Formats: sequence, C-alpha cells, structure tokens
Amino acid sequence: MGRYLLRRLGQMVIVLLGATLILFACLFVIPGDPVGSLGGSERARDPAVVKQLRQQYGLDEPLVVQYATYVGKLVQGDMGEDYTQRRQVSEILLPKLVNTSKLAVAAMAIDVLLGAAVGTLAALKRYSFLDTVVTLVTTLLVGFPTFVIGMLMLNLFAVQLKWVPVIGDPSDPVQLILPSVTLAIIDAALVARLMRGTMLEVLRADYVKTAIAKGVPKRQVLLKHVMRNSVIPVVTYIGISFGGLMGGAIITETIFNWDGVGMAMSTAIQQQNNPIVVAVATWTVAIFVVLNLLVDLLYAMLDPRIRLS
Amino acid sequence: MTDETTTAELRKDVPAQRGSDASAEPAVKVVREWQEIWHRFAANRLALVGLVLVAGLLFTAAFAPWIAPYDPLKQNLMNTLQPPTGEHLFGTDILGRDQLSRVIYGARIAVFVGLVSIILTLLIGIVLGAVAGYFGRFYDTLVMRTADVFFAFPLLIGSIIIITVTGRGVWPVVLSLAIFGWATVARLLRSSVLSAREMDYVHAARALGAGHLRVITRHILPNSIAPVIIFGTFNVGLAVVAEAALSYLGVGVSPEVPEWGNMLASGRGFIGVYDYMWTLPSLAVVLTSLGFIFVGDGVRDALDPKLR
Repeated sequence: MGRYLLRRLGQMVIVLLGATLILFACLFVIPGDPVGSLGGSERARDPAVVKQLRQQYGLDEPLVVQYATYVGKLVQGDMGEDYTQRRQVSEILLPKLVNTSKLAVAAMAIDVLLGAAVGTLAALKRYSFLDTVVTLVTTLLVGFPTFVIGMLMLNLFAVQLKWVPVIGDPSDPVQLILPSVTLAIIDAALVARLMRGTMLEVLRADYVKTAIAKGVPKRQVLLKHVMRNSVIPVVTYIGISFGGLMGGAIITETIFNWDGVGMAMSTAIQQQNNPIVVAVATWTVAIFVVLNLLVDLLYAMLDPRIRLS
Repeated sequence: MTDETTTAELRKDVPAQRGSDASAEPAVKVVREWQEIWHRFAANRLALVGLVLVAGLLFTAAFAPWIAPYDPLKQNLMNTLQPPTGEHLFGTDILGRDQLSRVIYGARIAVFVGLVSIILTLLIGIVLGAVAGYFGRFYDTLVMRTADVFFAFPLLIGSIIIITVTGRGVWPVVLSLAIFGWATVARLLRSSVLSAREMDYVHAARALGAGHLRVITRHILPNSIAPVIIFGTFNVGLAVVAEAALSYLGVGVSPEVPEWGNMLASGRGFIGVYDYMWTLPSLAVVLTSLGFIFVGDGVRDALDPKLR
C-alpha cells in the first residue's frame, strides 16, 4: 500500500503542475499585455512608465521565473486581486467556498444514499413494478441537463407551490434541499443504474452461489459478498462525477442565487473579472485531483487486486 | 469462411481475407455484417425512438428556413412578450422575436456544435490514443500523463477558461469542448489498442512487412474502435448540453444568435411569470440529449453486445 500511495502522490504532483501550466498560460493570454491594459490611454505608453510597471509586476523576468513565482504564490494561497473590488481573490472566495461545500456535500450524500438505495432495491426486486419505474425514471432523467431541472424545480416549488423562497439563503438548512437535489438528481439516477447493473452481475457470481449453497444466512451474503463488490464501481463513479458536480454547481448556484463560488464565477464571467474565474477553476482542479486520489486509495482498500497490480 | 460470415463478430479484418481469391468475398461479407449490426441496433426499441428524435433534429436544422414561420432575428418592439397565439404559436420574447422560429434555428447551432466538436474530439483522441497504445513506452507515458492533466479539468470549467481567453463564439465553444474531451477517447482507445496489438493477425501483418501506419489503420483500429464509436454517439448529446450550458452562463455563442442556452438564459428572469420563454428551448435540449443517449444505447448493443 505504501509504494502504491507514493506512486499515486507522484502522479498527482505531475498533474497539478501540468494544470497550473495551462492556467498560467491562460493568465498570460487573457489580459493581452497586462501593462497595456493597466496604462489604458495613449499617455501611459511612456516607455519609462511601461518599463517601471513591467518591473513592478515582474513581467521583465523570464517566463520560467514568472511561472515559478506564480506557483509559489499559488501554494501560499495568494491568487492576486480581483478587478472590481481590488481585494484579494482568496479573501473574497473563502466564505463562498463554505456555502458551495455545503451544497456539494449534501448533493454527494443524496447521490450515494438515494442512488445506491434505489439501485439496490431495483436489483433485488428485478422485473417488479418498482424496478420498471426506476428504470424508466432513471433512463429519462439522464437526458435532463442541470439547468432544465433547476428551472423546473424553481418553478414548481418556489413559484407555484411557494414552499421555499426564490432567493436561497445558505444559512438556512431547509433551503439547502432544492439546490442540492437539483445538483444531485442526475448523478443519483446514474448511480442507481450503475448499482442495479453491477448488483445483478454480482448476484449471479459463483462466489455468491457458493455462499448461499453452504448455508450462509441471506442477510450476511448480501452485506458481506454482494454489497462489498457492488459498491466498487459506485465509489469510482463518485470520484469522476465530482468534476461534473462542480460544473453543475455553477449553474445550480446561478439559478437559485446561492452565494457560493459557482455564482461568484458566473457573475465574474459577466463582469469579465478574470482573476475570480481563474481562481475558481484552479481550486476546482486542485480539489478534483485530490479527491480522485482519495477515491483511488479507497478503491485500492476495497479491492486488493488494484494495489497489487 | 462461411461459418465466419454468419457469426460475423465485427471481425472486418481476418487475415484470411487477404488471399488471392478475396476479391468477391469481402463485399458479401460487409453487407451481411452491416445487416447484423442493424439487426442488433433495431432490437433495442429505445434506440429506434432515439433515431426518430435525432432524425427530427437533423431535419429541423437542415430545413430551418422552410419550417420556421418567421425570421428568428426580426424584432417587433410593438409585440413583445406575447403569450402563445395563433400568430405566434409559442409567443414572442423580450424583443418581439418569434420563439418557435428561434428554437427551430437553434437546432442548427446544436447540430453544428454537437457533431463538429465530437468529430474533433474523436480525431485527437484516436490519433493520440493509437500512438500511445501501439508504440508504448515513452509515447505512452507522454500521451497518458498529458491526458491526465486535461482530465483534471471538468469539461465546463475548462471550456469557460478557454472561452475567457478567446472570447465568445461558435468555434471557441467547439474547440474548447474538443480540447477538454479528447483525454477520455485517448484512454478508451489506448486500452483497446493494447489488447489488439498482441493479436496473432497483427504479428502476421508485421511479419509480412506491413508498415506501422498500415498495421494501425487496417488491422488495429478496425478491431479496437468500437468503444470509441459508442462513446462518440453518447457524447454528441452531452456536447449539445454543454454548449447550451456555456451559452446559459454567458460564455457560449454570441447573445444575439438564436440558440437554446441563450433563450434559456433570457427566460431565467421570467420563471413563473412568462414560462414560454424557457419551456420550449428546454424541451428542445432534453429531446436532443435523450435522442443521442438512446441511439448510443443502440449503437452499444450493435457494436459490442458484451457490454450490455
């Protein structure tokens, strides 16, 4: 396990360096010539002023040095100032990250619990009425984009039924329900389908037949043999789905006016407030990569075949 | 040989075909194989529903000027935010433009972005995946580690970053979807090339003096491309959804273009007040994405029955 962990950590560092390289390239291309846009008018094109500004922002250094400086600042959490408020980007985004985390954790919980429960029930009662309904609903749901689901939910529960206010307040747990269900429902449908599929396969496996044949109680067969082997693909899927979840969070937060990093990004896009856009992207990539490492480790713990190969 | 044709398991390239008397045989075989594939596809009812939906979308996109009752760009400020009437079946938007005509023209953007971005994604992914899987070692490490980096960007986030750099437009959307989509294709193809590479017919072709390019294009790809084709079909719908999402967030095609995500974005402020602004474009997106998912399901049954 130790060697496996080391190898995966090494891979993660390489991926993070590559990703920051892409983001660094974007930071450089976005403002055109950063000094030119700072100067603004023709008057500021005085060579002496330009030279001083370039020195001040370290733009006269070679690109490698600039990249190293950028990564160094990034590691310390310094992501520069935003364009509209002239405040540190991380200072603006940190409180919003808490709100987004609430949403993401709630959505993931719904994904796993609802998806796995529904999928398990459908697999155990194959060809029953419940199974048919689950198959039908999940088949249709995966075709619904997050923004359509969000608008339908908002219209039904906030506007027509008036159960919740239209503008979400992140400190009220009740108001977490609508956005988190919106964010989770498509993935929950996919998890349910995945769970049902693998479970049906595992139920047919020889080791399950053997366990039943030698008289292991049914409950124990289900918990120890069937469940443990059925959750492995679900665990992998959860790791992969986090990327989609962050994309979905931008849309969900925009629809429900949820004051998180997703809405900050969507507002920043409208205002062309690029430091915020880049910062949210950087954080998402970093969290995504770390989470995938954790999922891989969990996966290796659940299935010894992985870490030995 | 006869036994081979009846069981036709996607083996387009059995070495026996290369005999001197092969000229008449392959034609017959190909027809039977396509029939077999169609047969398995059509056995999936949902796939047929999907095919109807996709055909409807393509038809709408191709004949938009003839189907649409109005010019999608023509404003009529005397007739804004009209509810559905006989004149405007699905009402008009904030600038008095006909909603139905705008949704019909939106099909053109959807088809263009969906198809072109997937073709680009597949091209990049197939070339790099084949190189990584076939040549292995250094090339494999290089391509796969690069794929890991691009894989670390969620599709929507990566596209937003690219479009922030390039500015809005159809091509930035298409390119950004391909740039952050190829990694999955490369991974898929690499793993199937890895197993195809060790087949006897590949060794035989190499021994007979076939070059690397010929071995890859004639022997390896035909036998390892099925998962990629399946992925591609599923993902046309996903690309359409991603494009609509980008436009919805203001980083897709230009706001004046009749496009579903743009329509949804302008309808967002009218939820519960004027629902016609978002229900019709929503329906268009949902039917399109379901159409390609269902067709993808059928293609999977047809090309790789084991995956069911």
